[in-house]
Amino acid sequence: MYRSNVLVCGGTGCTSSNSEQIIEKLNEEIKAVGLEKEVNVIRTGCFGLCALGPIMVVYPEGAFYSRVTPEDVKEIVDEHLLKGRIVQRLLYQETVVDENTTKSLNETKFYAKQMRIALRNCGVINPELIDEYIAQDGYAALGKVLTEMTPQEVIDLMLASGLRGRGGAGFPTGLKWKFAAANKADQKYACCNADEGDPGAFMDRSVLEGDPHSVLEAMAIAGYAIGASQGYIYIRAEYPIAVKRLQIAIDQAREYGLLGKNIFDSGFDFDIDIRLGAGAFVCGEETALMTSIEGKRGEPRVRPPFPALKGLFGKPTVLNNVETYANIPQIILKGADWFRSIGTEKSPGTKVFALGGKITNTGLVEVPMGTTLREVVEDIGGGVPGGHHFKAAQTGGPSGGCIPAKLIDTPIDYDNLLAIGSMMGSGGLIVMDETTCMVDIAKFFLEFTVDESCGKCTPCRVGTKRLLEILNKITSGNGTLEDIDKLEELCYYIKENSLCGLGQTAPNPVLSTLKYYRDEYEAHVVEHRCPAGACKALTNYTIEADKCKGCTLCARNCPVGAISGAVKQLHVIDTNKCIKCGVCMEKCKFGAVVKK
Amino acid sequence: MKSLAELQAIKERARASVNIRENADAQTKVLVGMATCGIAAGARPVLTAFVEEVAKRNLQGVMVTQTGCIGICQYEPVVEVITPGKEKVTYVKMTAEKALRVVNDHLVNGNVVSEYTIGANAIGAK
Repeated sequence: MYRSNVLVCGGTGCTSSNSEQIIEKLNEEIKAVGLEKEVNVIRTGCFGLCALGPIMVVYPEGAFYSRVTPEDVKEIVDEHLLKGRIVQRLLYQETVVDENTTKSLNETKFYAKQMRIALRNCGVINPELIDEYIAQDGYAALGKVLTEMTPQEVIDLMLASGLRGRGGAGFPTGLKWKFAAANKADQKYACCNADEGDPGAFMDRSVLEGDPHSVLEAMAIAGYAIGASQGYIYIRAEYPIAVKRLQIAIDQAREYGLLGKNIFDSGFDFDIDIRLGAGAFVCGEETALMTSIEGKRGEPRVRPPFPALKGLFGKPTVLNNVETYANIPQIILKGADWFRSIGTEKSPGTKVFALGGKITNTGLVEVPMGTTLREVVEDIGGGVPGGHHFKAAQTGGPSGGCIPAKLIDTPIDYDNLLAIGSMMGSGGLIVMDETTCMVDIAKFFLEFTVDESCGKCTPCRVGTKRLLEILNKITSGNGTLEDIDKLEELCYYIKENSLCGLGQTAPNPVLSTLKYYRDEYEAHVVEHRCPAGACKALTNYTIEADKCKGCTLCARNCPVGAISGAVKQLHVIDTNKCIKCGVCMEKCKFGAVVKK
Repeated sequence: MKSLAELQAIKERARASVNIRENADAQTKVLVGMATCGIAAGARPVLTAFVEEVAKRNLQGVMVTQTGCIGICQYEPVVEVITPGKEKVTYVKMTAEKALRVVNDHLVNGNVVSEYTIGANAIGAK
């Protein structure tokens, strides 16, 4: 029996900032003071507050240590674990009330407005121990479904709950199941889409790293509802921690008989295998994903027939996203009314977002649908750092669009985001400030889609390339007003004619920035100016005469010798030589170098 | 896995090790003095006894934790029981056996074990 539990985040974020070494060092130090029978060190999934990682929480006190280094470990063991004195200097400052009191994590700004359903076990349990998942009501939903409910009742419950696909499109999950159940076949499949490809999105990875069993349990439930006996999880090989924990989870579930033959003595058989993807963005599209599982090149095909009729190996298939699955056991246990009481009428439940970009609390958050963007960015995210201002948020990655500052009070749900020209997407939320150029952002996402287009259909393969060429022309200052019109026209053409979701949504970043920031496009073309100062070709560094003291610091640091001037004399930048690296601006102590 | 009962049994067994992570906002706190003086006087078995007994009886809302030296080193091991709205109870010269009785009488049934308290053991008392 352990008197204390030390939880260390083992998510990808904290692992890359040395949480593995921290765990090793902890075990070493704990052994050195002879506490190994009293203190249990547990590697958990993501706590969400990735900006402050590596994170360590010590129970029973609930002390929340942030930015722990391996060097801090000895102090934590000697002071806290041995003598019961909390190491104040390492506590997450928001939890410190005064010298002797701390407040609960759930009262801090970052966690107070969150509601965790899909992430409820992340950062709470050891994802590599099935017993800890069972302790949190794990597999109780599967037990209930197999012993008390008919497949039709499960589908009815899912329909009543109003759960919509968390992969981005928001198709009702119950409806998907209903279609697949209605199609008769000798073999059906229940699959999981874990091919999270949006740049900056890591929701699914975190669920799989922190709570893999919840996905396995839900897949078995889906299998029972539609009559499938086999499931596949399609996950990218770039997620090694998630893959490893999934495999451990599958092995443990098989050992307990929670996967395999005759589960809960109900006569229901279900097993799950992992299929690794090589990281192609298009394989997140359902038909391309299934083609890839079949062992062929991951290319989409025409729908219909939809996967519910002809999916994997030509058999009826249900394909749901990781986060969608993670919600399902809770819905089964707590009921459709409970789920509907959270979120908005048309988008019940919660949504996980990966907060990134120009924001203080980079990390993973889960909020009820209908929470406004302002609450997510300012309250939970802690606002834009460095005294900058919120300009826009980008949702939905390369398929989504941006939400400008004037719409910051929009309640986030599927329909509202579509109405303002963006989309929910899988949940990446990138915050931008006034130093971000919107044309440059559109270009960034287009570069991504050009790389990731599979090439099967012409509108996407050639169209996105042409879009990128026009954007390059504009950002280099050679664009014309006709180019902007051509850009817009081509966007609609690609949207309407592409084969799959990748091409159909690829122009969205351009269209939404054109919608809200057309003036920035025009500034690039007409005035040859980048208002945000981000496009290198259009910005020039100059030295202001009244501020320059002639200290020579800029000239000494310029890598190309573009700055001339003698001591105590005004310095001048030769714009022909200047490579716009910005070193002079960074080094100047008087703020004399300006970017125009 | 053949039955819900089997699952329930695993759940109950596993609960004990996970419970500790949910009692951070516990009602009742049991603080065991674990400074050098406390450890030297034998506080560790006392702490272990509390932890195990609380887990065995599956007491909810009770947090067993350590604290530093409160200055009465000659009475160590010292254990304080703090329940919101009630006076703090300080037990002195504790042992593992005494700990079991405190769990039973005080934490479960709400009766302070007066004979172990500092009031009954202080120099000059009786």
